[in-house]
Parts: sequence; C-alpha cells; structure tokens
Amino acid sequence: MSSTFKESIDEAVHNSNLTGALGRFSEAYRESRAKAYEGVDFEAVRTRIAEIKGGAASHLDELAEEFKKNAESRGAKVFRASNPKQVKDYILKLAKANGVEAIVKSKSMASEEIHLNKHLEAQGIQVSETDLGEWIIQLAGQRPSHMVMPAIHLTREEVAEIFSKEVNERLSSDIPRLVKIARRELRDKFLKAGMGISGANIAVAETGTLVIVTNEGNARLVTTLPKIHVAIVGVEKLVPHISDVVPILTALPRSATGQLLTSYVTMITGPAPNTDGSLKDLHIVLMDSHRTEMAQDGKFQQALQCIRCGSCLNVCPVYRLVGGHVFGKVYMGGIGTILTAWFDALKESDEIQSLCIQCGNCKEVCPGKIDIPDLILELRRRLVKDEGQSLKEKAIFAVVNNRRVFHAMLRSASLLQKPFEKDGFIRHLPLFLSGMADFRSLPAVAEKPFRDVFPLIDQSAVVGQARAAFYAGCLIDFAYPEMGSAVVKVLNKAGIEVIFPEEQTCCGAPARYGGAYEVAAKNATDNINALLKRDVRWVVSACPTCSVALKHEFSATFESLGMHDQLPRAAELAAKVTDFSSLVRSLVDEGRLKLKPGADLGKVSYHDSCHMKRTLGVDHQPRELLQLAGYELAEMKESDMCCGMGGSYSLKMPEISAPILARKLASLEATGAPLAAMDCPGCAMQIRGGLDKQGSPIRVRHTAELIAEMVE
Amino acid sequence: MPTLFESFAARAQAVSAEVHHFSTRAEGLEFVLDLVRSLEGDRLQPSFAIWAACPFLAGLDEAALTERAPGLAFQVTRASAAAASVGISQMDLAIADTGTLVQNATAVEQRLVSTLPSVHIAILATDAIVPDLTAALGRLYAADGPDRLEPQKSEGPPPYLSFITGPSRTADIERVLTIGVHGPERLVIVCVDELGGGQ
Ligand code: SF4
Repeated sequence: MSSTFKESIDEAVHNSNLTGALGRFSEAYRESRAKAYEGVDFEAVRTRIAEIKGGAASHLDELAEEFKKNAESRGAKVFRASNPKQVKDYILKLAKANGVEAIVKSKSMASEEIHLNKHLEAQGIQVSETDLGEWIIQLAGQRPSHMVMPAIHLTREEVAEIFSKEVNERLSSDIPRLVKIARRELRDKFLKAGMGISGANIAVAETGTLVIVTNEGNARLVTTLPKIHVAIVGVEKLVPHISDVVPILTALPRSATGQLLTSYVTMITGPAPNTDGSLKDLHIVLMDSHRTEMAQDGKFQQALQCIRCGSCLNVCPVYRLVGGHVFGKVYMGGIGTILTAWFDALKESDEIQSLCIQCGNCKEVCPGKIDIPDLILELRRRLVKDEGQSLKEKAIFAVVNNRRVFHAMLRSASLLQKPFEKDGFIRHLPLFLSGMADFRSLPAVAEKPFRDVFPLIDQSAVVGQARAAFYAGCLIDFAYPEMGSAVVKVLNKAGIEVIFPEEQTCCGAPARYGGAYEVAAKNATDNINALLKRDVRWVVSACPTCSVALKHEFSATFESLGMHDQLPRAAELAAKVTDFSSLVRSLVDEGRLKLKPGADLGKVSYHDSCHMKRTLGVDHQPRELLQLAGYELAEMKESDMCCGMGGSYSLKMPEISAPILARKLASLEATGAPLAAMDCPGCAMQIRGGLDKQGSPIRVRHTAELIAEMVE
Repeated sequence: MPTLFESFAARAQAVSAEVHHFSTRAEGLEFVLDLVRSLEGDRLQPSFAIWAACPFLAGLDEAALTERAPGLAFQVTRASAAAASVGISQMDLAIADTGTLVQNATAVEQRLVSTLPSVHIAILATDAIVPDLTAALGRLYAADGPDRLEPQKSEGPPPYLSFITGPSRTADIERVLTIGVHGPERLVIVCVDELGGGQ
C-alpha cells in the first residue's frame, strides 16, 4: 500500500466534520430507509430489478439500437459512443457549432466519469453544475465525497465561505439563506445558458424515453430553458420496457434518501417545444466505455444492475469513516471500487479494494441485488493473479498451506510469548495475527491448544450415540480452547458424541480474503478429507467465519478455480455443517437439551457477527438461548454492525479498524450490560481486546460458554 | 380503508405540499383567487401570478378573473414566468401512494409555471387520483395486460411527462432539509370534485 493512500485514509479518519456528518447520516439512514420501505416487499422489488437489469446487461447492443431507433423516430438525435473521447468531442463540436458559451448541467455521474467539464472549460465554455451539492463542490474545486450527497463533508460555515467568495458578499452560515443565494445565482445561469446537459437514471428502449430523477428541480430547468439538451447516458441505464421503470422508481428514492419518490421525475420522449416555439434540439449520447466488456464477464456482469442509489455507501462501516475522497474517483465505496476496476483499469482498484472489510452490509441493502463483497474478492483474486502477492503474504500463506508447519508454529508461539504475557493478553500474536495493534490487546496463544485438551474430555456417557464432528478453527483451537470445551460439554449434555478430526486445518478464509485462492482450495480439500472421514450427523463450528467457509466458500473457491470434480464432496460437507447456536436452539426445542430453569443472570448484550447474521442468517437463535438460560437481553444500537475485526483486516488497516471498534464499544457500554455475548471468536478477540485496553469491566463470552454454564 | 383522496392528501402533506379539497369548481376558483390576492398584498405587479391554459379555465372569462385578482395573467412566456411569483396549472393525474402529481407538460407553458415561480398552485380533479405508479403509467400509456404497460403503438408517451411530489427540496448542506431550491418552495394542491375526468 502506498504511503499517499495511507495518508489519505489518515486524513479522512481525523477529519471530524467528515466522519461526524457521515456517521450521523448513516445512523439516521437506517431508520429512514426502513420507514420508506414499509409496506413494500423489498426482496420482490429487487429481484425484479435484478431480472430487468441483468437481462438488459446481456443485450446491451440490441437495446441500444432499439432505443436509438425509437428515440430517433420521435425526433431525438442519438449518438452511440464507445469511449469517453467520442463523447467529449461530440459535445464540444455541438457546442461550437451552435455558438454555445455557457452550459448548465444537472447531475450526471457519466459526465463526471469522463471529466467532461474540464474538457469544455479548456475550450473557453463556461460550465455550471446546478445540483446544489455539485455546485458547491465545483466552486470549491473539490471532488464529491458521496454519490448522492456530494458535499456532505462540508459544514455550513465552509459553504458560506465558498459562496461569499463567489458572490463577493459576506454571507452568514444560515442554511435557508445559503440555498436562496444558490437559487438566485443559478437562476441567472439557467436563463442564459445555450445548452443543458443532464444524465438519465433510466433509458427505456421500447419508447426511446429518458427518465430523470431529482429533488431540487434543476433537471427540469436544464431540460426546459436552454434550446439544446444533451443527455449523457451510460448504456447500463437501458431497460427494455416502460413498465420496468416502476420497480426502479420504487427502489431508487427509497434506497437513496428514504423518500417514497423524489420531488421530480421527468420522462422525456423526443423533443418538446422550447420557450420560443422552436423544438428542442435533443441529443442523447449512449456511452459504452467498458460497459459491454463488463457485461461479457460472467462474474462482473451483475455490477451493471447498479441503479446508483448510494445505499451501499450509507451502510458501509468503512465508508462512513473515510468518506468518498480516499477512493480517488467519482464512483466510491464497494461498488465504486468495482466500477473503477472496469472503467479505469483493474490495477487502479489495487489499493482501494483493500478498504473492504467484507461485512456484507451492502449486499443486504443493494436494490440491484449485487453481491458487492464477492465481487471485491474476485478483484482481489485477479489482482493477485496479475500482480502477485506481497512477499510477506506469500510467506504467511506458504505456512498456512501446510497444516503441520502451521500448527507447529502456533504451538511454538505459545512458548515464545511467555515472558510478555499479562493476564492472558499480549500485544503481539505471531504470524497470522502479527502486526501493529495498539488499539486493542490480543490474546495469548493458549498454552494447550484445543486439540490437546480434547482427548482429555471424558465422553464415556455418550459414546455410540448421535455423533458430531467439531470443527474448531484456528482461533478456538489455538487461542480460545475454552470455547471448544464449552461446545463439547453442551453437545454431550444433549447426548451427542463429539469427535475432533485431528487433520482439520485453517478454514481458508484468510487465504481467500487475501486473494490466494490456491491456498484456500488446498485448505478446503484438507478439511473436507478430515471432516468426512468418519460418518457424522453434523459438523459443528462455533466460528461463523469458519461455518461460512465450510458451508459456502469451499465450493465457491473450487468453482472459481474450475475444480468442478471437488464440488460433490464440498456439497456433502456443506449439508452437514451447522453453527453452534442454531443446532443447540433446535436441540432445546426437541427436548434433547435442558437448561437450568429459573435463573436470573442479569443483563447481556448480544453482538451479531457479520457472517453469522448476514451470510448464515442466524440472529434470533443465540438470543433465545441466552434468554432461556436466564439472561435479560439489553440490545445495543447497531448490534449487527461490524466490530472492525475482519480477520487480518484489523492488522492491515488498524487506522480504520480502531475507530469502528470504538463505535462498537460505545454502543455496548451504553446498554449498561456487564456482559457481552457473541458467537464469533474473532469478534470476541477484537471486542475483548478493545475493552481490555480501555480497562472496561465488561466481560465478553462466546454464547457457547454462557450456555455451557447453564445446561443440566 | 382511506379513500384515494385521503391517501393522496396524507402522502402529499407528508412531503410538505398543501392540500385543499372543494366540491365545486366555483369554490376552487374562489380559493385560488383569494390565495393570489393574499400573496400579492398591495404590490402592484402585472403578471404576479400566471395561469397556464387548462380545462379548469374552460368557459371562464379571463379578463373578469384578472379584475378580481389584479396580478393574475394568462400570458405565459419565459419572461413572465421568470418574473412571476405564482404559477397556476392543472394536473392530469395524481398518485395516491406517493402523493405525486402527474402532468403531460409537453406545452412549455405548463413547465414554466411549475418551475420558475416560487409558489405553484396545482389544480387536480379528485377523480384523477389513481392508486400507484403502475396505474398512472397505465392511464397514460394504455395498458394491455395486467403487469405490462404497452406504449400506444401510434403515439407512445408524450414528449415531456412530469411527476411532481411536494415542493423543490435539497438536503445538500449538512443534510438539513431545505424547501425551495430551483423550483417552487410552496406547492398548493387544489382538489376539486366536480371537475370531471382528469384528461
Ligand atoms: S451497488 Fe447497489 S446499493 Fe450500491 S449504489 Fe448500486 S444499486 Fe445502490
């Protein structure tokens, strides 16, 4: 990672205006979005959008031709441009031919993508953005920090400063007054401009219609007052039918700003009259610029389903901390990283892709149903393939690739660290957990890993009954063996015999998230062999990251590498995998497991781990277990927001991980509960380490440990 | 179950539109003239309020209306719209579940009166309210199937179709909601029952 990139992150996380504004917004956004979707079946709407836009993406060329034909039959001029230069040349030529001196623009990301303003201004044409946020940014000479709210990083005082310079008058920071100034200044520009440039949110092929969505009303003026209207439309905006606008207009305003509909939606089909009675000179530029290439990539085609609502940014724990500027481009956040990799170059995404912590929030809210985290992983994989791994990572994965060496190193680590240990916490864990981590303490590597503890557990009472294999994962095996013991105890009480296949190894998540898919595949194969060796009814894991790997990612990794012969075994394993809490919850339901009745254990706050909640879809089971055990739930704010761990993320990006953790700790503390429960040893490590660092008395336990104390 | 009008009014008011309901055209007209007079006060400005041609005006004597509200004019041009404070027009349809007004705004006068002045008075026939966007598009483009809107083969959609939901708004400075950026800061919806059909 370059030092300038690290510096830009550092600058962003220390910009309290930015993080304050984005943080408050993302909290408010959750609620306003939920409210806006009341009574709407979001899953149905986004499934429809994905069908429409996914279908369109596989027929871009036909749709573009159909659109062109229909729009032209209605009197528009349609120009299909394959690259940004053609777009810029076309518009410049048009402006010159008509003696245009001033242009007004309503928001168009496509025009920003190709840096149109710069091009036109270099030729002496005055270009004014008219969306308030865009205008502020333009006057300030900055770049947008959010796709929907471009000036969200600026305070009213800064805006007053910027406007004061523009109008040569000392302005106060009263917001309604500032908005009035913008109205006055821009009104004049609208009336004088010779050309209006807009984008479009949807382009309907069967009618040649453009759909433009705004709140301020600037697009209506841009498309009404100047005699020439140029719409720049990325071909991914094409949809076949007029009825397709319904689901998109249902989702876009709700997801973007929590509105049922924006103040204005304008549908333009061919030229309408100008104020002097002439007909509008309407030009529609359909811009490809790598969209077709993207559509032809089996994996990335789905990224064209994006409707640019920005909700993936609003829910992203990293984005709300760093804002849009660190992405260095017009498109930002996870989807921005993907678009940058295609519209610019794969290499351009090298640094920014590392910002993704893989929490999955974006995937859950995306109205285009895009699996953004998965596409980021795919970028990583391709980058590693093209650019290779860093030497350090190479060395790490070489070790992880070989179970014996890996485990031997972890064992020796427990001896090496001895002198530094303090109350079970040390500052550095070797190897995969090594690195800077000043913001939290790290656990000691256990003196005795779980694999050595396990044979000492007496299971004679349950031998020969239903059998489960326990998959511990590195953290439970080598850092938190007590969690493993708790799992065995609970399952034994339910009459289940637990086996621990010794050859199990790392689940491959670190390698996969690091783009080292071959290593992940080797891990997968080793684990499948180990876990399917003996006949078991369940494969139980108490780490959601491991559960996800076992259940979903082994096959995904094999598929990415074309190792199709491995898929049946991966599926066989996946069918047996269950997370601890889901299994135990059902054992209680079936009456196979009893919890001591009548206990009053006080308050507990439950933290939802990203993989647990969003990939495994498990959230109520552990809560119910805790309540059945006698705890009172004290829910924290944003209980399912990432804790900032993200595996090795917290080591690569401590400057981001630390403030994410700080937010989590504050939410936790606000509940007043003396105890925090969670189902993930990784989250436990992060949160416990943060609390320890702060000297907080709040205890952190795995759900399994708390339940183990209460089984009869 | 609330009526279509009630749902529409609630949604429109939730986004800061003002909604008034009258049973007869005469009452609606009285309200509009009153509003224009009260906004005008004692300022003497011809074309203080401009009224774009619409079915509501059919059979009314425009000169007589101007006599009753002196700032009222029926000549809509770029210049008169830029100078006017109030724009008046009639909408074709409205959408109950979003509080949205829909208008074929191909005639530029219709766009001028609803974009440039700071107050927009929108007249609407109560029975022109439809439940949702699909129904609105269906009415505009003629539906030929339950889930499928087919553009009329002959003409297709009108060149300029406007959907208006509340007044112009922004939250671009510190996310503070501010009404009235480039478009009207007041949207006054006048619903009239006995206007008959939307179009
Ligand atoms: S990727 Fe999805 S959530 Fe993000 S802007 Fe696009 S449609 Fe919205």
